Amino acid sequence: MAVKVSLKVNGKAVSAEVEERTLLVTVIRENLRLTGTHVGCDTAQCGACTVSMNGKAVKSCSILAMQAEGADVMTIEGVAKPDGTLHAMQAAFKEHHGLQCGFCTPGMVMNAIDFAKSHPNPTEAEIREALEGNLCRCTGYHNIVKAIGAGAKAMAAGK
Amino acid sequence: MGAPLIGARIERKEDYRFLTGAGQYTDDVELPRQSHAVFVRSPHAHAVVKKINSAKARKSPGFIAIYTGEDFAAAKLGGLPCGWLITDVKGQPMKEPPHPCLAQGKVRYVGDQVAIVIAETSEQARDAAGLVEVDYEVLPAVVDGSKARAKGAPQLHEIAPENTCYVWAIGDKAVTDAAFAKAAHVTKLEFINNRLVPNAMEPRVAIGAYSRADDNYTLYVANQNPHVERLLMTAFVMGLPEHKVRVVSGDVGGGFGSKIYLYAEDVAVTWAAKQVNRPVKWTSDRSEAFLTDAHGRDHHTAAELAMDKDGKFLAMRVKTTANVGAYLSTFASCVPTILYATLLAGQYKTPVIHCEVTAVFTNTTPVDAYRGAGRPEATYVVERLVETAAREMKIDPAEMRRRNFITEFPYQTPVALQYDIGNYNATMDAAVKLADVSGFASRKKASEAKGKLRGLGYAAYIEACGIAPSAVAGSLGARAGLFEAGEVRVHPTGSVTVFTGSHSHGQGHETTFAQVVADRLGMPIENVDIVHGDTSKILFGMGTYGSRSIAVGGTAIVKALDKVIAKGKKIAAHLMEAAESDIEFANGAYTVKGTDKKKMFGEVAFAAYVPHNYPHDKLEPGLNENAFYDPSNFTFPAGTYVCEVEVDPETGTVKIEKFTAVDDFGKIINPMIVEGQVHGGLTQGIGQALTEGAQYDASGQLTTGSFMDYCIPRATDVPFYQVDTRETPCTHNPLGVKGCGEAGAIGAPAALMNAITDALGVKDMPMPATPQNVWNALKNKKAA
Repeated sequence: MAVKVSLKVNGKAVSAEVEERTLLVTVIRENLRLTGTHVGCDTAQCGACTVSMNGKAVKSCSILAMQAEGADVMTIEGVAKPDGTLHAMQAAFKEHHGLQCGFCTPGMVMNAIDFAKSHPNPTEAEIREALEGNLCRCTGYHNIVKAIGAGAKAMAAGK
Repeated sequence: MGAPLIGARIERKEDYRFLTGAGQYTDDVELPRQSHAVFVRSPHAHAVVKKINSAKARKSPGFIAIYTGEDFAAAKLGGLPCGWLITDVKGQPMKEPPHPCLAQGKVRYVGDQVAIVIAETSEQARDAAGLVEVDYEVLPAVVDGSKARAKGAPQLHEIAPENTCYVWAIGDKAVTDAAFAKAAHVTKLEFINNRLVPNAMEPRVAIGAYSRADDNYTLYVANQNPHVERLLMTAFVMGLPEHKVRVVSGDVGGGFGSKIYLYAEDVAVTWAAKQVNRPVKWTSDRSEAFLTDAHGRDHHTAAELAMDKDGKFLAMRVKTTANVGAYLSTFASCVPTILYATLLAGQYKTPVIHCEVTAVFTNTTPVDAYRGAGRPEATYVVERLVETAAREMKIDPAEMRRRNFITEFPYQTPVALQYDIGNYNATMDAAVKLADVSGFASRKKASEAKGKLRGLGYAAYIEACGIAPSAVAGSLGARAGLFEAGEVRVHPTGSVTVFTGSHSHGQGHETTFAQVVADRLGMPIENVDIVHGDTSKILFGMGTYGSRSIAVGGTAIVKALDKVIAKGKKIAAHLMEAAESDIEFANGAYTVKGTDKKKMFGEVAFAAYVPHNYPHDKLEPGLNENAFYDPSNFTFPAGTYVCEVEVDPETGTVKIEKFTAVDDFGKIINPMIVEGQVHGGLTQGIGQALTEGAQYDASGQLTTGSFMDYCIPRATDVPFYQVDTRETPCTHNPLGVKGCGEAGAIGAPAALMNAITDALGVKDMPMPATPQNVWNALKNKKAA
C-alpha cells in the first residue's frame, strides 16, 4: 500500500508516495534523485548512506521513509554553501587527500560533520573510534583521520 | 612559468564532484523507461537444475520477463571466455570448461546464476525472483583446493579430470634439486595464502540499453577496462560487431581487480535489453558481491629455501595448489602462474628456482586478480622464507637480505623476468632508519614489562608492473595485447582534452595525467581535462590493473604529446618564417634558435584551427594526435616494509605499533596521491594478514558473506603509516615511472606476519592473525 511521506530535505519541503517498506535512502536516491548518498552494503555496516536527520548523522539504509515523516534531512548535496564553496570539512578532505574513489566519501563527510560538532579538537583515537560505522577500502583511513582532525578544528574556528 | 608540476602535491581535480555528491557512478544513471533485474542464484554449491517453474513469478506485480539458461542457449550466447591460455607441463593447453552466463543444467557454486527476472521496479523484481521455484538435485561439493584432486572428490567439469585446470612449472628442477643437495641449511614452510573478497565499496552495477532505431547497444557498467569488456562481450559471447556496442564506465567506486572481468550479469542485462526493448538495470547488493565478485588468492604452498653456511641463497623450490573456484574467470589462469612464479626471485640473487603450480576447480566463487594478483602470494613465499631462514641461522634479517640483494642491473632472474633497475639497499637502509630499528630492543623490554609481546618483521618486496610488453605476454599465453592508447585533442584556443584508455576508479588520473600534460605543454593544469571510461569517446584502451596506468597509459599520452609538439613545430616554423630544425619548444612557447622570435602554444593551436596563413601544402589543419604505446619491459617497483607489533598474550590481540614503508616507484608525479595509494594498499595487505579471510563450510556455503562476518579493516585496526620513497627512474619509459597501486598490498602481509611470529616466538601461524589464531598459536607453543 502506498503511503505519503513529507519531510524537509536540504531545506526544501518534499513529499513522496512510497511503500511501507521503502527506505529513506530509496526516497533520497530514487524519488528525489539526490544520488550523492550511496548504498554500499545491506547490513548497516559501511555508512556510505549516512545523512543528517534532525541534526544527527544516521544511516539512511536503516530508516524507513515513514520514520522520516516531518524530519529535517540534510544530504551531501546540501553541505556546501549555496555559491558552491566547500564546507570546512569537505575542504579538509580535499586538502588532506581524504578520498580516492569517492564512494564512501559523502557518508564519511556527513558523519565527520556531526562528530566535529561535539569534538572541536579531537584526538586520533577519538576520530578512529568515530569511524567505526564508516568503511573505506581505498585510503587506509590515514588521510581521512587527518582530514577530520583538520576539518573539526576549522569548523570550531568558524571557517 | 609557475612551480614545477611533476612532483607537486596538487589537490585532486576530481574531488569537488565526489565531495559534493556530484559523482556519477553507474547506479546513479537512470534511463527513461528503465526496468530492473534481479538474478535467481543457486543456494547450493553443487547441484543439478532439474526444473525451473516461473508460473508464480509471472503473475507477480510489475513482472516483465524471465530468462533462463535455456533461453540463452537458444539465443546461442557463448560462455564467458578466459583471456589467458596456460600451457601445462606436458605441453597441453589448460582445461577450459564452459562458463555459461546462466546455468546450463548444473550449478557449481553458491551464487551461480540460474535466471534473470525483470520487473518495473527493483523491489518488484526481487519479489518476482523470490517466487521462481527451482528444483535442485543437490550434489556433494568440494571447496578446499588441497582436496580437489583427492580420490573420490566430487567432479565439477567433465573435461577437467581430477578437477585439474593445469599443472604448470617454471625453472630447472634438476639443477634446483642439485643445489638443495649441497645446501648447508634448508628452511621449509607450508602455508595457506588466505582467500580474500575484494569488497570495493561500490557494488557492481550493470545497465543494458538497446535502440531499435539504430540497432545499437549501450552497457553502463562499473568496470576497470571498458574496451576489454566490450571486446570480450561482443566477439566472444554475443557475436556482435563492436561498432554496435558502447560501454560506459564513468565514476567507479573502487575496483582492486574485481571490476576487470566480464561478468555474466553484464551480458545478461545487455542481451535482455533488446528482448524487452527497455533498459535493464541490475545493482548488486553486498551479499551478492560477496558471493559473485571474483575472489582473490587461495593458495596452498610448500616452499623451501637452500643456503650456504653464510646464508647465501643457493636455490628455491616451491609447490603451490591454486584454487581457481568453479569456473575460470577472465584472467584467473595467469594470476597463480605468470604473475606469481616469475616473482619468486624477489630482490635476491637466488641462482636457481623451481616452481610447480597446480590449478584446481572447486565449488567456490571464481578466483581472479585482486590487488597485487600473484605478487602478494610470491612476496609472502619469499619474505616468510627469508625471515624464517634468518632466524634459524641466527643472522639479522636485514643483514641476511643485504647479503643476497641484487645490486647490478639489468639483472636476469632464473624465472623469466629481467629487472631493469633498482636499489634495494637504499630502500632497506631508509626503512631501517625510519622505523628506528635500533630502538626496538628497548621498546621490546618496555612491552615485556607490561606483560606484552613485541615483534618486528621485514618484507623486501618486488613487483612486476606496467603490464605488459605484448610480445612477452603473448609468448606466455595472453590472448590480448597489453598496450595502451591516448589521444590529445588541442582546442583552437590552446586548451586540451586528453582521452586515455586507462581507467580511474580512485587513483586520481584526472589530476596525475593532467600534471604530466600541463608540464609538457607548459600550461596551467586548469587548461587540461582528462577523459576516460567511454568506448564512444576513447580511441581504445586496455584499462587499469597491474599498476599499469602511469607507466603504460601515461606513456601513451606522452607519445601523443610528442606528436602534438612536433606538428606544432612545423606550424611555428611557417608562422615565424624559420627552418623547422631551428624551432625549439619549452615552457609553452615555440622559439627560433638564436633569435627573440616566439609563438605561444595557444597561437600555434589557433593557427591550426583558423588556417588563414597556414602551410596547407605541408600540413593538415587541426591539432589532434594519438598514440598507442606498447612497453618494452615490465617496470619493477620495489621497497622494504618494516612492521612492529605488540601482542597481548592474554587475549591474542595484535596491535600494529608502527608500520614503515619505503618504496621505489621511480619518478613520482604527485607524491600526495602516491602516498594515498600506499596507505590503501598497506591497509588491504594488513586486512589479509590480520582480519580478512573467506570461509566456506564443507557444503560450500560462504560463512563469511557480509561485513558482519568478513572483517575489512576499520579505522581502529590500523595506525598512521610512516611512508617514504627512494628513486631509481625506470629505464624504458620517458617519464621514468614504475607504478604504485599495488605495492602496499604486496608487501604488507609478509611484514606483518614476520612481526607477529617474531613476537610470539613461533615459526609460523595462519593468516589472518585473529585473536583466536594468535591465542591458539601461543597455546600450541606452550604445549610443544
